[in-house]
Amino acid sequence: MLASLAKIFPPDRFLASAAGTAPFECDGLTAFHARPLAVVMPETREEVVAAVKWCWENRVPFVARGSGTSLSGGSVPVAGGIVIALNRMNRILRLDPVQRIAVVEPGAINTAVSQAAARHRLYYAPDPSSQTICTIGGNVAFNAGGAHCLKYGMTSNHVIGLTVVLPDGEVAELGGESLESVGPDLTGVYVGNEGLFGVAVEITLRLLPMPETYRTLLAAYDRLEAAGDAVGKVVAAGFLPGAMEIMDRLAIEAAEAAVHPGYPRDATAILIVELEGEKAGVDVEFARLNEVIRGTGAHDIRIARDNDERLLFWKGRKSAFSAVGRLSPDYIVQDGVVPRGKLGEALREIERMGRERGIRVANVFHAGDGNLHPLILYDGRQHGALEAAESLAGDILRLCLRLGGSITGEHGVGLEKRAFMAEMFAPADLAVMQRLRRALDPRALSNPGKMFPDGSAPALTAHGMHPLEKAGVISRE
Amino acid sequence: MSASPQAPTLQPRTIDEVVAAVRETPRLLPFGGGTKPALSLAPPGCASLGLCGLSGILEYDPGEYTFTALAGTRLSEVAAALAANGQYLPFDPPFADAGATLGGAVGAGLSGAARQRYGGVRDFILGVRFVTGAGELARAGGKVVKNAAGFDLPKLFAGSLGRLGVIVEVSFKVFPRPPRTATLRAVFPDLGPALGALVRVNQAAFDVEALDLEAPGVLWVRLGGSADTFTERMERLARLTGGVTTVLTEGSDQAAWERLQLRLLPPGSTALLVKVPVTAMAIPELDRLLGQAGADRRYGAGGNVAWITWPGTAAELDRFLRTQRLAGLVIQGAAGTPLLGATRGDNFRNRVKAALDPEGRFPGYH
Ligand SMILES: Cc1cc2nc3c(=O)[nH]c(=O)nc-3n(C[C@H](O)[C@H](O)[C@H](O)COP(=O)(O)OP(=O)(O)OC[C@H]3O[C@@H](n4cnc5c(N)ncnc54)[C@H](O)[C@@H]3O)c2cc1C
Repeated sequence: MLASLAKIFPPDRFLASAAGTAPFECDGLTAFHARPLAVVMPETREEVVAAVKWCWENRVPFVARGSGTSLSGGSVPVAGGIVIALNRMNRILRLDPVQRIAVVEPGAINTAVSQAAARHRLYYAPDPSSQTICTIGGNVAFNAGGAHCLKYGMTSNHVIGLTVVLPDGEVAELGGESLESVGPDLTGVYVGNEGLFGVAVEITLRLLPMPETYRTLLAAYDRLEAAGDAVGKVVAAGFLPGAMEIMDRLAIEAAEAAVHPGYPRDATAILIVELEGEKAGVDVEFARLNEVIRGTGAHDIRIARDNDERLLFWKGRKSAFSAVGRLSPDYIVQDGVVPRGKLGEALREIERMGRERGIRVANVFHAGDGNLHPLILYDGRQHGALEAAESLAGDILRLCLRLGGSITGEHGVGLEKRAFMAEMFAPADLAVMQRLRRALDPRALSNPGKMFPDGSAPALTAHGMHPLEKAGVISRE
Repeated sequence: MSASPQAPTLQPRTIDEVVAAVRETPRLLPFGGGTKPALSLAPPGCASLGLCGLSGILEYDPGEYTFTALAGTRLSEVAAALAANGQYLPFDPPFADAGATLGGAVGAGLSGAARQRYGGVRDFILGVRFVTGAGELARAGGKVVKNAAGFDLPKLFAGSLGRLGVIVEVSFKVFPRPPRTATLRAVFPDLGPALGALVRVNQAAFDVEALDLEAPGVLWVRLGGSADTFTERMERLARLTGGVTTVLTEGSDQAAWERLQLRLLPPGSTALLVKVPVTAMAIPELDRLLGQAGADRRYGAGGNVAWITWPGTAAELDRFLRTQRLAGLVIQGAAGTPLLGATRGDNFRNRVKAALDPEGRFPGYH
């Protein structure tokens, strides 16, 4: 059977040996492994269509793959299925500064888009911490976020057109080059499908003009909860910061050890707030922001004097995740969301649960969005440690749901959080989603076993750093 | 004006009654405030399901920048509640004063001039509860500003035209309203230089609230923020646009955008009021042809949409749009089906329609 697939691709772009497929057996969530039947590396849309059609006709499941940095097991292969690796389709096909769009292939790297747009003083806004390595196709499938989502939104707010190969090989053109559209928002429902709606082969992105200025402050607090409450106060005062991020003591210490950003040593928590936009407006707003922050009980407020100091604030923040990861042999990252006003309460609860169970939890997160990233530290060599960490992770997600939030803000459901879909949604909600999926993929061949609480899961082993993180190539938020 | 082309035949007052009505009625179309007649008028043989009885804001916490309301809630009620807290609907849905409802604004997928700043209705919808054509009550999305769990059905309902399901409840993200606004009017001899100025503004690092172009040559640029920044910013903006410029503040700023708002055609008009998504590059040719056809037109959202008053028939408009490879949505005027021209993704949309409305209880798209 495989012979007919091998005919579509030259030998160097068709891998079926154990050694060839090994690099594709897991993703950023290293807990799950599965061995695919083969990996194909298309270079054109026609080759993607041919591979998908082959899967359809032979009833073989497939998983599209970008850089494999998914943190929820989204790009783990299906055992016995095909991996369609899109890294070779990485061209920026068109960059139109007049319409402010970039048309790209799915394997284009996130930062490559902003780099190409920079000469027009434009940029691509969504900035996941994995941005130097993750692909736009993966961003589309997972509706990736980043530190700057509060004001301009996630990936889905920046994708205006798509060409997609549906799981039976049919091609559909969604959206277009205008920011406006008529009829149901098909582009919108495609983004965030977690690889279940076939393969995106061309993506039209909207670009934004680079802001004229940034103003950034860093406030230190004696209590984590106070930092959480400060976020609510900033928002209630009518600000719309470009970014609002919190780090707790464990994260601060780790970041200090790793990249020496010079954070206040005595702080239990720090809050970074950044305003961006036209200088005239931002200066006025920033003065007012300082007033508000002074009223939140911060014991130290630092203002970035220049761009270098601003980048230093961010360097500590951006490296914090991997820095914390180095404190422990293994860890789990959670991605739940709570209403901003409940941040203080959620943080207090997480702290309590961790303390009671003797498990260290670090917090580094997108506070402006209420998007928590508790980092649960454990040692996989200790008997029962993984299970205890998993159980705490699950209880944190339940806490997020109880507070009116969500089980995932940006990492997606994937394999990892499938069981929690049934806690967030009613059977009727899931049934409608399943029907939609079956209308687009009647044979359920496109990334089966992900998102929905059915199907069998590959065995859990241990969590740890992504190989690229260990190598220091990427870091996470 | 509260336009009511036809009283809805079904008037549920609770979500349970909506479910029952959908299950018991073989053919139906939801009806909100009736402000977009071409979208709310039920075709022959199809019952009209009035949603105005399903009204009220269920949750609104200004500190969260989010609210949840029943679908029949008037936009004016929402706007007033938000304004009391210095907030607004950044996508600026049209016909709010005419009695448009929240569900209708989502279903129509229309956004107004202020969408220039942060995005359209699809960018602000967070969650939706709806009744499918199979009579199931379901929910998708969430109530928090960030959420990646499950398919993004809330976005799908933006522009769904009542044909995928009945929206009964929606959650939205909202933002603080700029404390003050002021407008630069730049007048040019014809379209070319006006469009050039529009593109320059679009590319510059100006935080523009609204950017409209009235053919042939009047550009309207609205800035927001604190009033003491306006003098300096307006000077810079005027240098960027060129043309003969005037700054409008306070009452004259308000009046300009009220006049520019999307409005229904006068009673008795046989023309079609149409939304056409466009790109700035396509505007010169389109504008020339529309001028020849005797159509009134205006370009909003920084040159991303054309609002057209088409004097001919729907069939002529459909042909015209196809030759231009554009799609259109008829908002007012007898069109048969509201979607015309070269729509994209029909094959994908048909599958979505089959999943959400398997028995074809709601009208089709074409
Ligand atoms: C260190 C680190 C930091 C991170 N930080 C962030 C962060 O700040 N914010 C955030 O949101 N995420 C973050 N992530 C998660 C991850 O980077 C994102 O989910 C990213 O979008 C995945 O891109 P990828 O190219 O690696 O996709 P992959 O992991 O290869 O694939 C992800 C999913 O997309 C599907 N897919 C890939 N390409 C296509 C295509 N062309 N068509 C259809 N489906 C496709 C796959 O089937 C899979 O389900 C981080 C991950 C790591 C390891």
